[in-house]
Amino acid sequence: MSEIKKFMFVNRKAPYGTIYALESLEVVLITAAFDQDVSLVFLDDGVFQLKKGQQTKGIEIKNFSPTYRALEGYDVEKLYVMKESMEARGLTEDDLLVPVTVLTGAEMGALMDEQDVVLSF
Amino acid sequence: MLHIVNKSPLENSSLESCLNVATSGDVLLIEDAVYAATTGNGFEPKLLAAMGKVKVYVLQPDLDARGMGDRLVAGVTSVDYSGFVDLTTTNNTCQSWL
Amino acid sequence: MKFGIVVNEGPYQHQSSDSAYLFAKAAIAKGHEVWRVFFYHDGVNNSSALTEPPQDDRHIVNRWSKLAEEHNVDLVVCVAAALRRGIKDENLAKGFRISGLGQLVEAGTKTDRLVTFGD
Repeated sequence: MSEIKKFMFVNRKAPYGTIYALESLEVVLITAAFDQDVSLVFLDDGVFQLKKGQQTKGIEIKNFSPTYRALEGYDVEKLYVMKESMEARGLTEDDLLVPVTVLTGAEMGALMDEQDVVLSF
Repeated sequence: MLHIVNKSPLENSSLESCLNVATSGDVLLIEDAVYAATTGNGFEPKLLAAMGKVKVYVLQPDLDARGMGDRLVAGVTSVDYSGFVDLTTTNNTCQSWL
Repeated sequence: MKFGIVVNEGPYQHQSSDSAYLFAKAAIAKGHEVWRVFFYHDGVNNSSALTEPPQDDRHIVNRWSKLAEEHNVDLVVCVAAALRRGIKDENLAKGFRISGLGQLVEAGTKTDRLVTFGD
């Protein structure tokens, strides 16, 4: 695949309640494997996907949060979190599994405008 | 870019998030999001405020299906599916606020 | 223009498959090409050949099959999502094929516009 496009994945849903977060992550990994320019943004409840300390044993669903830590190995390093969403959920950057860039809503909007393909699940 | 929203703003925050993030461009309301563009709904003031920076469209077949075809907020442009397709071509990218 | 479409929800439960279909039909009517429709998440259920809606209702699965046949639309069902939900080649409706997520990435790189329909 020769064409390289800017792919943005918009994550707005919390993990486990629905499968969207996990299946979105699967697409992210494949897109990176196809050498595309990948960005991930987390806003609204999507920020909860990155919360440290997820313990899923009691709900018998696989804990996929370690995968966010592995993204770096796939050269996926552009992770953005929306400031307003994080604050509205009582979270700070210290609560997150991975280093992220925090953006305001307006900055997030500008970043979206620069993309070739925007996928949200 | 084109922002596509499909949830009622009275039940879900996706339209509000979209309007907070979108600095310009077009916003198309489809499926249950069409209720946002009907007169007297609780979200109307926020929609009107956003109409200064984005242009708002509504998918008329979804509005008609819900019996709300006669109460469109002034300033919102109604389109059919053909107009929906046009919006995706006149904008360089589109995002669905799922 | 060349379009890719993503459908993330199953038939009947949610309007997304209907919206996607009507969008695809309108795009084709305007002379655009709908190159591929990618079915993901519960969207894979749109491909079940076992689907039997009541007589007076639209047949969402057959409608996609017909569109694929008449307009050469590539209907791709994600293999990982399909296996999770019991969709296999044995019960796959006409015009659909099961393949990997790379086909979704390709729908992004090889088309002019990618439009997603979901919940």
